[in-house]
Amino acid sequence: MERVECIVVGGGLAGLSAAYGLAAAGREVMVLERGDYPGAKNVTGGRLYLEPLRSIYPELWDDAPFERPVAREFVSMIGDRAETTLELASRSFLEERPQSYTVLRARLDQWLAERAMDKGAMVLPNMKVDALLRDQASGAFGRVVGIRAGEDEIAADVVVVAEGVLGLLSSNAGLRSKPEAIHHALGFKEVIELAPQVIEDRWHLNPGEGAAQLFMGALTRNLMGGGFVYTNKESISFGLVIGMDQLRSHGGQFQSWQLLDEFKQLPCVRPLLAGGTVVEYSAHSIAEGGITQVPKLFGDGYLLVGDTAGLSLNALLTVRGMDFAIASGYYAAQAAAEAIKRGDTSAAGLSGYETRLRRSFVLRDLETSKAIPQLMQNPRLFSHYPDAVCRLLTDLYTVGPDPARTISGRILRAVRRDFLSTATLKDLWSMRKV
Amino acid sequence: MKVDTKLAQNLFKLDKEPHITIDQQVCATVCFNRACIAVCPADLYELTDREQVVVNWEGCLECGACMICCDHGALTWTYPRGGFGVQYRSS
Repeated sequence: MERVECIVVGGGLAGLSAAYGLAAAGREVMVLERGDYPGAKNVTGGRLYLEPLRSIYPELWDDAPFERPVAREFVSMIGDRAETTLELASRSFLEERPQSYTVLRARLDQWLAERAMDKGAMVLPNMKVDALLRDQASGAFGRVVGIRAGEDEIAADVVVVAEGVLGLLSSNAGLRSKPEAIHHALGFKEVIELAPQVIEDRWHLNPGEGAAQLFMGALTRNLMGGGFVYTNKESISFGLVIGMDQLRSHGGQFQSWQLLDEFKQLPCVRPLLAGGTVVEYSAHSIAEGGITQVPKLFGDGYLLVGDTAGLSLNALLTVRGMDFAIASGYYAAQAAAEAIKRGDTSAAGLSGYETRLRRSFVLRDLETSKAIPQLMQNPRLFSHYPDAVCRLLTDLYTVGPDPARTISGRILRAVRRDFLSTATLKDLWSMRKV
Repeated sequence: MKVDTKLAQNLFKLDKEPHITIDQQVCATVCFNRACIAVCPADLYELTDREQVVVNWEGCLECGACMICCDHGALTWTYPRGGFGVQYRSS
């Protein structure tokens, strides 16, 4: 059997980050990627929050092929009969260095693969791993000793499992459980080509700057989830994220893809897309279970990183995963390189991975946000509140035939009606830990 | 916009063998909600006149939502072989 020090299963951001770190530490590392090239199977909304990664591989980011630095944030609330958008351009998003960038994965992942190869990593595309091999001699739950890809078996001291959110290999090998609908959302999007000038006009941007726009409310037929636009250099990513469990429970009434068509027809959306050409349609599952759904992160001979480890966070206004993926790959590489050097790649030898993740923003941010997955199950967030805000604003802007009430009177009436019921007060109480 | 039209923009490398197979027995006897049809963003699942669930796996975006949402274990779902299936150029 062929043997290498480290195998990385999957050439996404987590796997490539691990490969880069291992190669930079002088370890022998082979990345197996099932697509034609790294990124060929990968999908983001998307935006990468770079700020948490500034101290991780600081030499890399200045040359990264990002799309646009995000200078403006928009959030649109879609009511039954009205829509309203909040626009935020904070100087702090761009001061000195931008905190986040829009990205497209085919470009970004290939670039990171090249950087890993510069350091000496082998990156093999068109290679699908069919199984993780466990040492039979020590029983069903023996050490992970390598992988099988077709007819080939390759042994390794450490297998970094970066196979993505579905976790087919790791769940088959008993390293984590299978994904459940209740903890996952479906993300799907169109990449729509638009001229840079048009993008900048429509989202009020200076040349080269980018925007992120989120939509919540009636556009998902009040299901948990929302819509998004991220502006790329010469296209926009336009799509939806919807809780899978809710989506399937409406089987027979409508299908997921219809919601994207309905979303396009919203009065506040149509002009944003006008004249654009759809050049790609993509979809991906998203783990939204938070820290309680993070599996055991390591064991004898293996480490789980990125989406495979459930490291993603939908916190309503900030949606993160790629920064966690890159950071987890970085800490996995550190821990694995150290373990190989010491000659102990057992669970005990690799435990530095979890220690590092716990000290880092990755598990700390997930821990801080542990109440959010529960909050997101609240249907009022996606129906009642966006509509209530729209109704209040409509009321304030309305001039009718009858003598007007005072502004404060109108606000008080709306607050009493929409924000001070037993249910909404209960919501407020449940917000205290968010 | 028709899903077919959008899928036609994607680059697919088609294998000869399907990577999704359906246990018709399970679909016919246990399943009443057809989650696969509701969730698939590529609209690949359909119910035939004879109440059979079929999947046009060639246009699969490989999100795995159907597999996650099928509670009855009717789907055998793997990724296509290396180098096959959708190859995203942007995403």
